[in-house]
Order: sequence, then C-alpha cells, then structure tokens
Amino acid sequence: MSIELICPAGNLPALKVAVDNGADGVYLGLKNTTNARAFPGLNFDLKTIKSGIDYAHNRGKRVLLALNTFPQGSTWFEWTEAVDQAATMGIDAAIIADVGLLQYASKTHPDLRLHLSVQGSATNYEAINFYRDHFGIQRAVLPRVLSLQQVAHVVANTDVEIEIFGFGGLCVMVEGRCILSSYVTGESPNTAGVCSPAKAVRWQKTSDGLESRLGEVLLDRYSEDEKTGYPTLCKGRFSVGEETYYALEEPTSLNTIELLPEMIKMGISAVKIEGRQRSPSYVEQVTRAWRNAINDAVLNPAHYKVKAESMSHLAKLSEGEQHTLGAYYRSWK
Amino acid sequence: MKLSLGPILYYWRREEVRKFYEQSLAWPIDIYYIGEVVCSKRHEMRFEDWLDIAAMLGSEGKEVVLSSQALLESESDLKRLGKLTGNEIFAIEANDMAAVSLSEDRPFVAGTHVNIYNTKTIDLLVNLGAFRWIPQVEMSGSQIRTLLAGKSCEIETEIFAYGRLPLALSSRCFTARYYDLPKDDCQFKCLEHPAGLKLKTRESQDFLTLNGIQTQSSSVHCLVEEIDDIRSMGVDILRISPQPNGTFEIISIYRKLLDGDIDNSSAKQILKSLSLDKHCNGYWHGKPGMHQYAKESG
Repeated sequence: MSIELICPAGNLPALKVAVDNGADGVYLGLKNTTNARAFPGLNFDLKTIKSGIDYAHNRGKRVLLALNTFPQGSTWFEWTEAVDQAATMGIDAAIIADVGLLQYASKTHPDLRLHLSVQGSATNYEAINFYRDHFGIQRAVLPRVLSLQQVAHVVANTDVEIEIFGFGGLCVMVEGRCILSSYVTGESPNTAGVCSPAKAVRWQKTSDGLESRLGEVLLDRYSEDEKTGYPTLCKGRFSVGEETYYALEEPTSLNTIELLPEMIKMGISAVKIEGRQRSPSYVEQVTRAWRNAINDAVLNPAHYKVKAESMSHLAKLSEGEQHTLGAYYRSWK
Repeated sequence: MKLSLGPILYYWRREEVRKFYEQSLAWPIDIYYIGEVVCSKRHEMRFEDWLDIAAMLGSEGKEVVLSSQALLESESDLKRLGKLTGNEIFAIEANDMAAVSLSEDRPFVAGTHVNIYNTKTIDLLVNLGAFRWIPQVEMSGSQIRTLLAGKSCEIETEIFAYGRLPLALSSRCFTARYYDLPKDDCQFKCLEHPAGLKLKTRESQDFLTLNGIQTQSSSVHCLVEEIDDIRSMGVDILRISPQPNGTFEIISIYRKLLDGDIDNSSAKQILKSLSLDKHCNGYWHGKPGMHQYAKESG
C-alpha cells in the first residue's frame, strides 16, 4: 500500500521540480478566475499547460486541472471551455467544486476523470456518494476539518478515493463555506478564486507598530521584534472580551508528515501539498521531503520516524515557522 | 412577498426557545425554519422538541420547514440528519449535499449553506426536488437577477434580508477557544452568549461575531431600500434571522414595508433602534459585505 503525492504547480518551473522530486501528480490552474489561486503572475496558459502535460506524462506522472471556483452569471462559458480544454488536452483529472459544472463535465466528457474539489465542502460519505452517484467522481478532496478518526470513517464508507491535505496553508474554516474574504474585500475563494487578495492588503508603519490591513480592517499590529506574516483574515489578532489574541487561528501551517503510516494504513489514496502560490524552490524542498517520508513509511511503517532535520527544515518553510496537525488531531478543535 | 423566520443560529435554553415560538404566533410570519443548524453539541432541544414546536406552529396554519445541520462530520451527525429527512410531515431545508441526497424523493429547500451560484446548479437541484432556494448571501442583487432570468425551471426564491451574516463554519469552536476549553468539553459556553461573542479589531472596530463553530458578521445585514429591486426580480420570500430581542418587531416592520404601510426611511430608523449592531448591505450591491450603501435622500 502506498499513498500518492500530489504537489502544487503555480507555473512550469514548479511543475518540473515537483515531477523531478517525486510527485506522483501535480495540480495547476488556468490564468483566469476558474481556480482558487487566481493570483497575478501565477498559473498556466494553453501553451505552458501543454508543455507541462508533456513533461509530466513523459515521466509517468499525472496532471490535474483545478477548476474549483463557482461559475457565475454570464461567465459560465469560461468554465465549460476550460472543462472542454481539459478533456482534449490530455489532463488526467479535473478538480471541480460546482454542481452544475460537474454535471456538464460528466455529461459532455464521460471519459474525463473527475475529482471533487475541497471547495465542494464534502465532509461526510453521504455527500461524497451523492457526487459519485450523480457525476461519477472518482476522488474527493476532504476539507481540513475532520479528525483522523473521522477521515477513516469516511474512507470506510465510500469507494470514492479520498485525498487529504498534508502540508501547507491551513484553512481554519470549511473550504467552500467561508466568505470572510468577500465580507471584507468583495472577493472570496468561491466567487473570485482568492482569499484575502493581495490587492486589498496594506502595510503601514505607525507609532503603535507595523500594521497590516485588509481593506479597511486592521488584521494585526506587530512590534519590532515580532515576525510578520501574510495577512490572511482568519490569522489576525483580534479582541474578544478583554483579551487580544489569535481569536480564530495562529499564523501556522498544516503538517501531517508524522501521520503518514496511519494515513496509508487507513486507505487514504492521496496526500496533497498546498501552495500553488509558493516558489519552485519551496515546491522542490517540500516535495523531496514528503517523497522521502512516504518511501520510508511504505518500506518500514512500524519504525517510521520523521527525521528531526527534515522536520525542522519543513518548519522553516512553514508560515510563521509553526506547524500543526490541525483538525486531524482532535484537540485542535 | 412572504416573510420567513430563519432558524435560531445561537444557543438558547429550551424554555426560551419554546417561549420564543409561542410568542411568535402573534406576529406576521408566514414560514418558519426551525432546528439546529450550527452545532451538533447543542442539546437543549431534542429532535422530538423540534417536532413539538413544528406541530404547534403547523396547527396554527404556518408553513414549517426543518433546517438541517450545515457541517456534518460524524456518523451521529448523519443519523440525526436521517431522522430529519425521514420525518413524513415537514419539508427540510438542506444545508449540505448529504441532506439533498437523503431527501431526494421529497421536496426540499436548498438552504443558505448549499452553494448555488448559477442556473445549471438550480436546474439540477429542482430536478432532485428543490422547490425553493436561498442564494448564498455573498451574491449580489444583479447576479441573482441574472440567474432568475436565466433559469429554465420553476422554483421559489428566498432572500436573506435581515440578520447577522453567516460567514464561515469551522470544525473548531471559537467560543470554546475564547474560554480556553477544548471543544469536547466546551461546558456549553454558547448558552452564556445568546447573541454570540463580539470580536473587535485591535482598534476597537466591531468586526465579527463568534457563535461556536460559526463566524458571523458583527454588522446586521439589512435590506430595506433594496426591497423594490428584490420585488421586481420575482423574489417570493424575505428571511429574517432571529436575535434574542426585537425579532418580532423587526418582522412587523418588514410586513408594513411590504404592504406599503411604512416608508423606507422610517422603517430604517426603527430597524436601527432594534438591531444588535450597525447595518450593512454591501453584498447586495456587489461590494464588500461589511459596507453600507445608502441612497442619499435629496
């Protein structure tokens, strides 16, 4: 038994280093709002996507296309066009969240493999089996909200492959069910493919310290000796009652590398690394560390131990240099 | 247009819930959504208690819909959902695809937590039995208008018109986190906060409301000047989300507004005095949800 390693590719160089360093598959998005990392300077046009597919396929690796935002109004055809392109270009699977788009994809391209995106918010087997029965999805990516025990229960009750997030940015909220970003900026992952968009971020030095704002909302204020992080809305410091603290979540990343043997044993099909917005060098280092860990866990699950240097290396790559097991570890909740 | 009362999103004591619905009968509410949507640990009201309330309201000629829990994580969550969808009298508001799945043979309401952003999704849900839908609160008025003009099926539309916005769900309980308690031993602290816990920025701006695993806006989404626009696009129902005090007065203001018995500015003034916090309406206008757009008079 093993587990597939799915790595992020924000551009062609990242795709190549992911493939070279042991990813079984990479996922990417187009240069428009059809995916949840619609950042300037990121993602693929048709030419680079073709090169990426060739590069991965020549090395026996897969390419998954994220079409994981929700089509709205008159722009519906942008999404269906993207599905059509995925089917004709030789993409190995489309990762989709929207019910209408899943129906289009399954009817128009019955041979196109479909994965339910994490933005589809399926946290239980009834929901996953619904998507299977209606659209023939073959894999579901679980929101980062279940404990490992709950994940095992899902796996045991569906024949749909299960993919979970293993490393990278930690969504505190159920993916697909958080509109905090549009409440402040007008743009959310569901509608615009962005969370806490960079264009709404403002840094300002004041007599109270360095301040980060999203839109008009003060997310945090840092003293000289404090490390700053990207001002993601749910990771700011706020006041509740008399206390000022990280009321929702600390600026921390997810890292489940120590759970690999358990994940493999319970039959999880794939582990996903978050971070299409990160650099090729980041993708390279994280992919390599995870490839090695998966190999160790498969070869010798009973004596699996994450090497201390590997752990500290991953920690350095993490947001705020902190990491957590997130909801997989029940007491996080 | 009809008026509906959304499910109580906060955690109130059983007796308070009963009293709330008994008193509500004196007010012009056409449709009731009842049940626990937010947290599986909230046990003051059992399934049978909700059915009692439903029967009481139903016998007064009210339409009653049972709202399903939005975040389903465990087998016991699914079992409870099965009880809800298995009831043979009342329709359910599906707030997760599992609920859509379990109620497939029966009519249901596609609730606020089912992501519907386009006509294809609506058409599909209608085929599965949806007779009504509530657009995601982040959708703008013009998006909803486009969608309603483009759909090829019959379905009622209900707009979240008044209340704090449901912005996010997590498996983490933020109320328990505030008290430094694990979620498994939360001591039901939500009971101490019948309108949630206010979260402010470090410059004391009211920002969010913590309600267990749910994060709401602090501002109250309040559509008043938008009513003509809403009416003209063929919306059937306006939803008012309950708060601990003043809910029924708010409902009656909306009834008067819809019947032309009160003008917009007077309605707004009264609603302001009844609201938990300042108003916002940005989402309707395609802007950040927390913004407030006012038609300047004169």
